Amino acid sequence: MAFVPPARHLLRAKDLADARYFEPLGVDDMARTAGLSRAHFSREFRRAFGESPHAYLLTRRLERAAALLRVTDRSVADICLSVGLQSIGSFTTSFTRTYGMSPTAYRAKFPPAAAHALVPACIVRAHGRPQHRTFREDSADGAG
Amino acid sequence: MIRITRAQFWVHDQDEALAFYTQKLGMEVRADVTLPEMNFRWLTVGPAGQPDVDIVLMAIPGPPMMDDETAEQVRSLMAKGFAGTIFLTTDDVHASFDELRNRGVEFVEEPEERPYGIDSSFRDPSGNHIRLTQVREMAAV
Repeated sequence: MAFVPPARHLLRAKDLADARYFEPLGVDDMARTAGLSRAHFSREFRRAFGESPHAYLLTRRLERAAALLRVTDRSVADICLSVGLQSIGSFTTSFTRTYGMSPTAYRAKFPPAAAHALVPACIVRAHGRPQHRTFREDSADGAG
Repeated sequence: MIRITRAQFWVHDQDEALAFYTQKLGMEVRADVTLPEMNFRWLTVGPAGQPDVDIVLMAIPGPPMMDDETAEQVRSLMAKGFAGTIFLTTDDVHASFDELRNRGVEFVEEPEERPYGIDSSFRDPSGNHIRLTQVREMAAV
């Protein structure tokens, strides 16, 4: 059996967030995928990737929401639910703090999708994910 | 004329990688040569029907070629999924997805419509990122 570096298990958890962000997924699910207790997992994830698993999952969802705002005409409420977030109010707050403008203003700022270069989805997802900005509603790790 | 012949992935374990690329992805072994005097195994695979392009599955070397600290950094980068990507294409991504998933490949992204085609992705056992795309045929302008 090949030696598996510990970070490989953390990557499985990160991949889970990328693969299933649209489901009601939380840090507990990510920890389970890595085979670690939640507290240990959060520490190790932060050490490997430089941010908490909660921040990774939230910004993944916000990145997907921003992409949907740019390339579709679906409603803000619909987009919120389709990226795995339940509360429109909390989504709008997190989005506004992260992107510096409301989802509606963000949509108005960007041209239609056809104007974009055909960049592979992995590039858009990885490079488009915003920096996490903490605020009080995120203080309970795992919220959102 | 300059052409691409092969590209290289680091792998944690060459036997495990060989099993994944041949048994799960259905690739052919192009070369599997061990040079005991150098403690080196040259292992390449490639897709059937595309004999002029290979992937080199390279074990992470030890000293003196690579010092232990660097080797550990490479291992860590791979395990974190930052050691690179190979982009594969297929004529029918849904059929390929079903076939690979039935063989036990765990997909990170299931096939999804993108402006350039239908795209999906998975990882090899080492954490290397592999994309599998059905490229959209662009209408002639």
